[in-house]
Amino acid sequence: MKLGLFPGCSLEGSSREYLESLTAIAPKLGLELTEVPDWNCCGATAAHSLNAKLALALPARNLALAERAGITDLLVPCSACYARLMATHEELDRDEERKREIADIIELPLQAGPKIVSILDVLSTDGVAGRVSRPFAHRVACYYGCYLTRPPKLSTLARTEDPREMDDLVRAAGAEPVAWAFKTECCGAGLSITRTDLVAELAGRVLDDAERRGAEAIVVACPMCHTNLDLRRDAIDAHRGRRSRLPVLYLTQLIGLALGLDERALGLHRHHVPVRFRPDPQPTVAQEI
Amino acid sequence: MSDSGHHSGVHPQTLADRVEADTGQSAFRCYQCGKCTAGCPLAAEMDLAPHQILRLLQLDLPDTGQEVLASAAIWLCLTCETCVSRCPQEVDLPRIMDRLRDESRERGLAHPKAKDILAFHDAFLGSIARSGRLHEVGLIAAYKLKTMHLLQDVAVAPRLMARGKLAPLPHGIEDRGAVARIFAKCRREKP
Amino acid sequence: MSRIGVFICHCGENIGATVDTAAVAAASADLPGVVHSVDYKYMCSDPGQNLIKDAIREKKLSGVVVAACSPRMHEPTFRRACQEVGLNPYLCEMANLREHCSWVHEQGEATTEKAADLVRVMVEKVKRNRPLYPINVPITKTALVLGGGIAGIQAALDIAGAGHRVILVEREASIGGHMAQLSETFPTLDCSQCILTPRMVEVAQHPNITLYTYSELERVEGFIGNFRAVIRKKARSVDESACTGCGACIQKCPTKKIPSEFNADLGPRTAIYVPFPQAVPNKPVIDRDHCTYYRTGKCKVCEKFCPANAIRFDQEDLLVEVEVGAIVVTTGYQVAGAAEFGEYGYGEYPDVITGLQFERLASASGPTQGVIRRPSDGKVPETVVFIACAGSRDAARGRDYCSKICCMYTAKHAMLYRHKVHEGNAYVFYMDIRAGGKMYEEFVRRAIEQDRVRYVRGRVSRIFERDGKLVVKGTDTLLAGRPVEIQADLVVLATAMIPQPDAETFAQKLKISYDEDRFLSEAHPKLRPVEMNTAGIYVAGACQAPKDIPETVAQASGAAAKVSGLFSKDELSREPVVAVVNRCAPPDFSTCVGCFLCESACPYQAIEHEEIRARDGSAIKTVAKVNQGVCQGCGTCVALCRSKSIDLQGFTNEQVFSEIVIL
Repeated sequence: MKLGLFPGCSLEGSSREYLESLTAIAPKLGLELTEVPDWNCCGATAAHSLNAKLALALPARNLALAERAGITDLLVPCSACYARLMATHEELDRDEERKREIADIIELPLQAGPKIVSILDVLSTDGVAGRVSRPFAHRVACYYGCYLTRPPKLSTLARTEDPREMDDLVRAAGAEPVAWAFKTECCGAGLSITRTDLVAELAGRVLDDAERRGAEAIVVACPMCHTNLDLRRDAIDAHRGRRSRLPVLYLTQLIGLALGLDERALGLHRHHVPVRFRPDPQPTVAQEI
Repeated sequence: MSDSGHHSGVHPQTLADRVEADTGQSAFRCYQCGKCTAGCPLAAEMDLAPHQILRLLQLDLPDTGQEVLASAAIWLCLTCETCVSRCPQEVDLPRIMDRLRDESRERGLAHPKAKDILAFHDAFLGSIARSGRLHEVGLIAAYKLKTMHLLQDVAVAPRLMARGKLAPLPHGIEDRGAVARIFAKCRREKP
Repeated sequence: MSRIGVFICHCGENIGATVDTAAVAAASADLPGVVHSVDYKYMCSDPGQNLIKDAIREKKLSGVVVAACSPRMHEPTFRRACQEVGLNPYLCEMANLREHCSWVHEQGEATTEKAADLVRVMVEKVKRNRPLYPINVPITKTALVLGGGIAGIQAALDIAGAGHRVILVEREASIGGHMAQLSETFPTLDCSQCILTPRMVEVAQHPNITLYTYSELERVEGFIGNFRAVIRKKARSVDESACTGCGACIQKCPTKKIPSEFNADLGPRTAIYVPFPQAVPNKPVIDRDHCTYYRTGKCKVCEKFCPANAIRFDQEDLLVEVEVGAIVVTTGYQVAGAAEFGEYGYGEYPDVITGLQFERLASASGPTQGVIRRPSDGKVPETVVFIACAGSRDAARGRDYCSKICCMYTAKHAMLYRHKVHEGNAYVFYMDIRAGGKMYEEFVRRAIEQDRVRYVRGRVSRIFERDGKLVVKGTDTLLAGRPVEIQADLVVLATAMIPQPDAETFAQKLKISYDEDRFLSEAHPKLRPVEMNTAGIYVAGACQAPKDIPETVAQASGAAAKVSGLFSKDELSREPVVAVVNRCAPPDFSTCVGCFLCESACPYQAIEHEEIRARDGSAIKTVAKVNQGVCQGCGTCVALCRSKSIDLQGFTNEQVFSEIVIL
């Protein structure tokens, strides 16, 4: 399958292992990825918080560039970027006048735009299952976060309050997904830097439920979720008053491991919380600090 | 009478009217069930709970609009979309929050606690305006300078650097002029 | 030559203050064909009517125009006055000088001129009016009641009590409906079955009532007083006349794990079953979808043990045709399920149940004999959360309406729970408490004050399961949105009352209208609350809108009173404003060419086919014929007829065109 790729800024920086692992598994799964030429930042929370027009124009330029490059299906692995591109696509689709205004601003023609797809839309359970060489035999908590399921009107997932698509994929890779309650609760992403205290509380709740249900790892598909659960772990630990070593994996890394790819190629060494598993699958036990 | 009508005479409509004109979202759809607040991850931290913000928009007494625009709550909203996903009346509160933040900022009413958040947003947009993409090192540096939180995250940055996650120099896009022009065209004219 | 009288009414100040009525009367006097023209303060008063009657007698009037208010208001008055002195009432017409003129214009010459025009137009019409005579239709004095819940039971008993025959059709194996499933009823807490079952027995024993259970309406045709309906008696697989209701078959049936509909899936039933022990009739049916014999061809255990040899595996559906004069629709409602609430667990948590399921838990005849036990492990719950407005008043789920009964039954549920589990905690999350009704508000206050049910004003955002508890995340909006998190053992959702799943196709079958929520639409929301727009069809109960038992029973008695009123006469007299297909001399007989466009356009199915035959019996042509009992006089066929062969009596093309031409 040929796909356009909008990596987004995080995947070039603090979440580069997401891009590395995606790039590593893509050829194995028959995905041919072409980056949108000269793409720009989607504007993220900052743009839509302060300037509605900018929040449309920045993603719209990427849609226009993708279209010009002949991209029909555009993979947006970062779920925050995915949400911005989806929302822009939907609004421009709905409002012709707005579309003309934005086309003027970006100085590029805007047609129907490419179909925007998430990482869960492009990975198929059959495709994964057929290529597994080292089943990832661990209990994992699939964490969808906010933007793969919300708002439900834009989501492509079937059960937005208890999605199953990622669970099905990790099962195909040999893992055992746990039933847990925080699949779609917010980790506090947007306030990661400015209100780390709140993030520690929200991400801490997510971590807490995953641990209670006996998960050996949390699996994510969003750089913000990863940053908050992995990079901010010390803050969470301090907030909760105990130390947790529950690793956080990108879905693409988990699948990469199951496909037998090298840990380094998948960027596992870049995590703050080391990715280590006991040989015998056991719930991780939080240690007192 | 509109709250803002009292103060400046610049905004003839009520805040609820302005929100509806720009977002298509009517605060009057809300029947105050509180489901947004019940599901909001940060409701407990907010000075005004989400349903109270809508209530103040409906009530429109002389100072209610001002009270909303000067609240800390609108800056704590994470846009996680949980409220709108479960709202029985389909009120798109996150869109309303965006519109409120925009006006709060424009009219200089932003809550003191929003200072850091605004500084972050400014640093973020500044980074994009310059190079077309976010440069995380630049963002953090700019944010720290704006807020003087020089020591925050000192433990995290070297860790990122060591793991090859932070690029010291920005990866700009080629057509930086295009993005700069987008920013210029989206800049609001001051009244 | 026409001799027309014109009578201008002042309607007190209503017309008189705006229109120069004397001038209108003077202008009308000069119209060709007008022989009499006067104005008067109140034409509808006795002296006013006498003016008309006297003029008809003295001037030998051939037509009357009363220029006054709306014909909806007083046309019958003036037509009756004309009839009393021997003028065919359909030779009297009204010009509306009030709604069409004085109420909508300022005083002035133009207004008076318009009034004169309105009179002139109507004079021109009346010149072409023909005497018409009411249409008399015979009435079959049998009522068909569709649905055997409390609405249908009440309507049937009332109509039968008035001395008329009733055919009561129930889709399920027993009558009783939802009321049979309820535990106690608000606000008196009397046992639902105790008050219902005597009525059910009365239905079965009433000599005027014929009961068809496990039966459905197949089709219906005809019109008020003269409906022909076909009822499908579904194969019970049991010979009802032979069966004694001993229950041996049910005891021996090896298929025992089918979720019981009567127990709202909280208990099992067998493949051959009666829905509940007090069923009427107390005759079982075989559920062929689950019966081992029908699925595998082997078993027949019931047949072996039946002492009355009443099992009939080869029984087939039976179609019964009946003739009835009126139809009462009492098809009831359903309760929405918990599965539509993703945020409350998609109906997959066994201990998140619906209000109807709680009724079965609280009912002495229920799966737990009235002990409140939660479905997952049978434990008596220590904390129960009740959530009101679950799926009602919920635009996101396409239901804006209030289900009306939930505030009361939720208060009742919480109260029953507190009565049965003294140490238990009951929380009710609500938005508003709607307790309008006799002793209703008092009932809710009792729940709060005496039974200490904790009411929390706010909607629940999410429920999830953790460590054997249901974590209920809500808020108290009366405390500025303070988070309220309850660790519950059982959650009861007051899910919405919704129409039957087949409400639309059923309404289409009967040609009756329904609203956007698929509830049936009454003819007028205030003044004709038990009639449908289609004459002869009446409605009662929750198929029309969500309502509780007292209101349902009142509406059912209202519908029964309407039916009894209809049946009080042998013939029905109808306005002759109906369409007619013309007839002319041979060899044409009619200009109708038999294209039957009218038939496809008629909203009331009033067009029939008529064969015109020669004296020797050979067919000459087939033309359209209007069934005057069915036609509502809408005129759609007239507009569509390509050969101009249909006309509407009282509003003929000639009459209408003349009104326009004279302007």
